[in-house]
Amino acid sequence: MLQATYLMPLLPLAGFVVLAAAGRRLGDPWAGWLGTATVGGSFVVACIVFAGLLGRTGGDRSFTQSLFTWIPVGGLQVKAAFLVDPLSMTMALFVTGVSALIHLYSIGYMKGDPDYPKFFVYLNLFVASMLILVLGDNLLLTFVGWEGVGVCSYWLVSFWFGRDSAASAGKKAFLYNRLADVGFLVAIFLVFSKTGTLDYSGIFSHLSAIGGGTGTAVCLLLFVAAAGKSAQLPLFPWLADAMEGPTPVSALIHAATMVTAGVYLMCRISPVLSHSHTAQLVVASIGAATAFIAATIGCAQQDIKKVLAYSTVSQLGYMFLAVGVGSYEAAIFLMVAHAFFKALLFLGAGSVIHSLDGEQDLKMMGNLRRYLRLTTVTFGLGWLAIAGIPPLSGFWAKGDVLDNAFARYKPLWAIGLVTAALTAYYMTRLVVLAFAGDDRWRALLGSRPGHDGDGPDHGPAHGAARGLPAPGHGIDGTPHESPPVMVFPLVVLAVLAFFGGALNLPWHSSFDPLAWLRPVFGTALFDAHQSSGMLWTLGIVDSVVAVVGLGAAFAVWRRRTEVPRLEPAFLQRAWYLDDVFDTLIGRPGQAFATFCATVVDAKVIDGAVNGVGRLSRVAAGGLRRVQTGFVRQYALGIVLGLVALLAWMVSRASS
Amino acid sequence: MSLGGGWYLGLAAVVFSIGALGLLVRRNVLVMFMCVELMLNAANLTFVTFARMLNDIGGQALVFFTLVVAAAEVVVGLGIVVAIFRRRRTSTADDLHIMRG
Repeated sequence: MLQATYLMPLLPLAGFVVLAAAGRRLGDPWAGWLGTATVGGSFVVACIVFAGLLGRTGGDRSFTQSLFTWIPVGGLQVKAAFLVDPLSMTMALFVTGVSALIHLYSIGYMKGDPDYPKFFVYLNLFVASMLILVLGDNLLLTFVGWEGVGVCSYWLVSFWFGRDSAASAGKKAFLYNRLADVGFLVAIFLVFSKTGTLDYSGIFSHLSAIGGGTGTAVCLLLFVAAAGKSAQLPLFPWLADAMEGPTPVSALIHAATMVTAGVYLMCRISPVLSHSHTAQLVVASIGAATAFIAATIGCAQQDIKKVLAYSTVSQLGYMFLAVGVGSYEAAIFLMVAHAFFKALLFLGAGSVIHSLDGEQDLKMMGNLRRYLRLTTVTFGLGWLAIAGIPPLSGFWAKGDVLDNAFARYKPLWAIGLVTAALTAYYMTRLVVLAFAGDDRWRALLGSRPGHDGDGPDHGPAHGAARGLPAPGHGIDGTPHESPPVMVFPLVVLAVLAFFGGALNLPWHSSFDPLAWLRPVFGTALFDAHQSSGMLWTLGIVDSVVAVVGLGAAFAVWRRRTEVPRLEPAFLQRAWYLDDVFDTLIGRPGQAFATFCATVVDAKVIDGAVNGVGRLSRVAAGGLRRVQTGFVRQYALGIVLGLVALLAWMVSRASS
Repeated sequence: MSLGGGWYLGLAAVVFSIGALGLLVRRNVLVMFMCVELMLNAANLTFVTFARMLNDIGGQALVFFTLVVAAAEVVVGLGIVVAIFRRRRTSTADDLHIMRG
């Protein structure tokens, strides 16, 4: 059963090839169904491989499928091989599962888009790349997947590239990621120079060779890459802009899967990381700081997707906090739970946006619970899950992270706790603004003749043809529920978000599915082993904090939509991080480019090129006078030359 | 009675000089051609002389090639001269300077 591993990435890859070649001919909706089928097939394969892995005993659950030697260069032997162990299997299962659901959702959401088949081309390639990233047996193969998801993210963020904001958001995402990827590359070079191998088992058997400072350097370099991909300080602004992509993309790539790749990478190299306390402290601190900062920004955003984007950044911060603490199990637990509830929230937001003809401004929503019943119920479950209300998955997952942080770095635990309150606050604000209150969306009625509106989620030049809401939908009447293909994934994800906590309950009962991860981390794993009294106390503290945040948001936002004091420009503009980057890097870069364009290019380069041209013209102008056209002068020249030559030869012979 | 090789070489030098001087001072294309022929034949004479003096048949063999090439050159050259004469009604070299720089 384990031999089927290669089919996991192969199926979506085949889907990508077929869709790229014949997607237009398949059209809407068959291209979407094909894409969904390949990813669904991949999920089935993942389940089969999972069953095969479960059939083995605890310590033996690691399987490498070697396909071929990819790069045989002297001492560097890189194999194209897939590593199946509990860690990569957990990732593969939820990546394929959530991807299949979001593919299904996209069939409805992207309906009517002129580039409908292209969307699934990218989406399938993304899933294939993500699986290569997850299953890769060595750093280089992981890097291939890493870049693959990066480029798919770029394509999908700027999917509606006719819109300037989408095009530049794609570029921004790509540049931030490229910048961070340099860290990955340098880490690969460093690892190879020290150990002579790149596959994980080889690296881990040479731990002594990369001990001390080198190990710290490798971890921090990989963390730079992870901070780019997973949007940590200071590289997170791209994720908010990435919301320019279609909502399923935000749900799949920028919430559930791709952005967790950084966390996965840090878990993958846990044996190295656990040897460097410096690196662990850096990772944990950056994680906690990002969690807090992103949560404060999330409190002041108006765009429903931006709130969710900053919330994602914040949750990823929690995951890195867990990684830094050394409780990789908690990180993976939160990652899986987050994949469920955040995908659910994004898809729910997509459903809301869909029903409002592309409107994303929270202040233009309100009272949608009357019109979108299923969306409200499912979104509500996602909200309670992320807010950390027991007994939903978010409570257990976040609690697990905080318990371990409490045992190791108390200041970071405190930051995490404050962030938990903020999380409950901003999510409640979002829910209250969107689903309660007055029917503020009525202001949109009739304001958009036809479907040519210029709403935030609208396509570019396509206008009506872009058709976010299929013709006949929209705000002509009242908002109404999305089609079944969109609601079904919501229901599935809501169930998962509700019960996801059962994966890893704090008391070590006989039912503890995530415990199967433990052999992967071995001694690297930090386990707090809190007494049950302590667990109860921390759990109650978490719940109280969550309820306080929730209550505060209710009290403030139930009757109001504008509270400028709570939405300062400082937070709305994301701690001015973009402006800081603009001042520190953008402007000097622009000035340098201008200098190059006006001085270096115009004067130096053009000067050299034109100078060569002018020189040959001047020289030719002088030399052409030699060509008089009189044959006898030429003959005279020949004779004189001959005489001179003879004179030279004679003089040489005589001396 | 036989003359020494130096005489032949001297004659060749004189003929060559006459040819070269004629080429420089005359304007008529046909005469210039004849001067070129003089120079060629002076060179041929030198070859033959040296072949005798050095007992090397190579010099005489080379003369044949020179003669053949010279004949071909004359054919082409005269053809050009005739063509130019038909067009320009002149055979003075100095009048033909349209290729001047």
